[in-house]
Amino acid sequence: MKKIYPNAAAALEGLLFDGMLIAAGGFGICGIPELLIAAIRDAGTKNLTVASNNAGVDGFGLGQLLETRQVKKMISSYVGENAEFMRQYLSGELELEFNPQGTLAERLRAGGAGIPGFYTATGVGTVIADGKEHHDFNGKTYILETGIVADLAIVKAWKADPSGNLVFRKTARNFNPPAATSGKICVVEVEEIVPLGSLDPDTIHLPGIYVHRIVQGDHEKRIENRTTRKRAAQPVDIDSVARATNSKEA
Amino acid sequence: MWDRNQMAERAGRELQDGWYVNLGIGIPTLVANYIPEGVNVTLQSENGMLGMGPFPFEGEEDPDLINAGKQTITELPQTAYFDSAQSFAMIRGGKIAMAILGAMEVSENGDLANWMIPGKLVKGMGGAMDLVAGVGRVVVVMDHTSKYGESKVLKACTLPLTGKAVVDRIISNLGVLDVVPGGLRIVEVADGVTEAELRAATEGIIVD
Repeated sequence: MKKIYPNAAAALEGLLFDGMLIAAGGFGICGIPELLIAAIRDAGTKNLTVASNNAGVDGFGLGQLLETRQVKKMISSYVGENAEFMRQYLSGELELEFNPQGTLAERLRAGGAGIPGFYTATGVGTVIADGKEHHDFNGKTYILETGIVADLAIVKAWKADPSGNLVFRKTARNFNPPAATSGKICVVEVEEIVPLGSLDPDTIHLPGIYVHRIVQGDHEKRIENRTTRKRAAQPVDIDSVARATNSKEA
Repeated sequence: MWDRNQMAERAGRELQDGWYVNLGIGIPTLVANYIPEGVNVTLQSENGMLGMGPFPFEGEEDPDLINAGKQTITELPQTAYFDSAQSFAMIRGGKIAMAILGAMEVSENGDLANWMIPGKLVKGMGGAMDLVAGVGRVVVVMDHTSKYGESKVLKACTLPLTGKAVVDRIISNLGVLDVVPGGLRIVEVADGVTEAELRAATEGIIVD
């Protein structure tokens, strides 16, 4: 079965429907499936529930689907970077289910691993625990959280081979593997599709069994918060250079 | 009274050699600048990295390499990357020795509120609830009072909680307090602050 598609729209063909649950990889706007998000915007699919750690920024990433009002509900841990999100949420236009970050990651992982629920101490004694089953193990209280199985997972990887084996790069891996496994169908966008056999089987981060469709494209890879340090100025001391040169010669 | 950097420096003295540590956003991030000489700690970034390095030089920023505050950073020789599920498995599994976090309010029994002001500020808890529930020790770095002079070290938190009875130590601009059975115990008073001032600025009960 051929997994490679010519573009993001083609890779999503036949998979989108109104009211669906989409799991999206990425942390902030690092490692987000930017091409697939743009294709979903163009497709106009509505009433989406999106499980994603963040909601992008205004005008980029999932922020684009908020602007077009295609999102009915977000399942996220942090949405602080998005003014349009805040506005829609505070005015009641957008539903929001806050999940602690690790709980969201584990819900996606568990969903993909056939685990319908798990107990965690995260959120005990907070509003997150309201209405959830509590259970004590060895004298400590835990709450029951459920696995997420998404109708579609959209993820971003660095490299794929034609069989769908994936390699991620640095912290752009983040939620992509757990999101990928949670999908009934997973579509991945990559920077490079490499020939079969060119990835070391020992260094594959996510095996192709989880990946159904692949698209290669150019990524903008925007930086959300550019922080740098100054290079220490290196004043050239001519005398010391001369001394060093001289001593070498000597 | 300690400023931001002095609070970060004081928090740096909490670090022990060999520890894996998670630093929160804000003043806790500054603690990385004050790791004591001879203390080797590995910083975890919950978006999937152990061994966080300093900010990159200008022109060497990598959009694929950020910390939990979405800032561009660099890697170190001991750096390892992993996915978010594994990142929180090591947090929930108690492998991280300590987290240093910011706080909006702390109560005398160690309840922490640092993620939400209802109707006003809706940003989300990020990884804070997982951290306070999972790591070995929780130290908060915070201003002792609000800009209106009201205590933020309270009998009971008024804001939605991040965790219940999770804080071990408070480092504020006025000093250091430990959460102990029955209330808070003064560990240290900041430079130029009297114990009476620290007590007056603390609504929660102080035990001796």
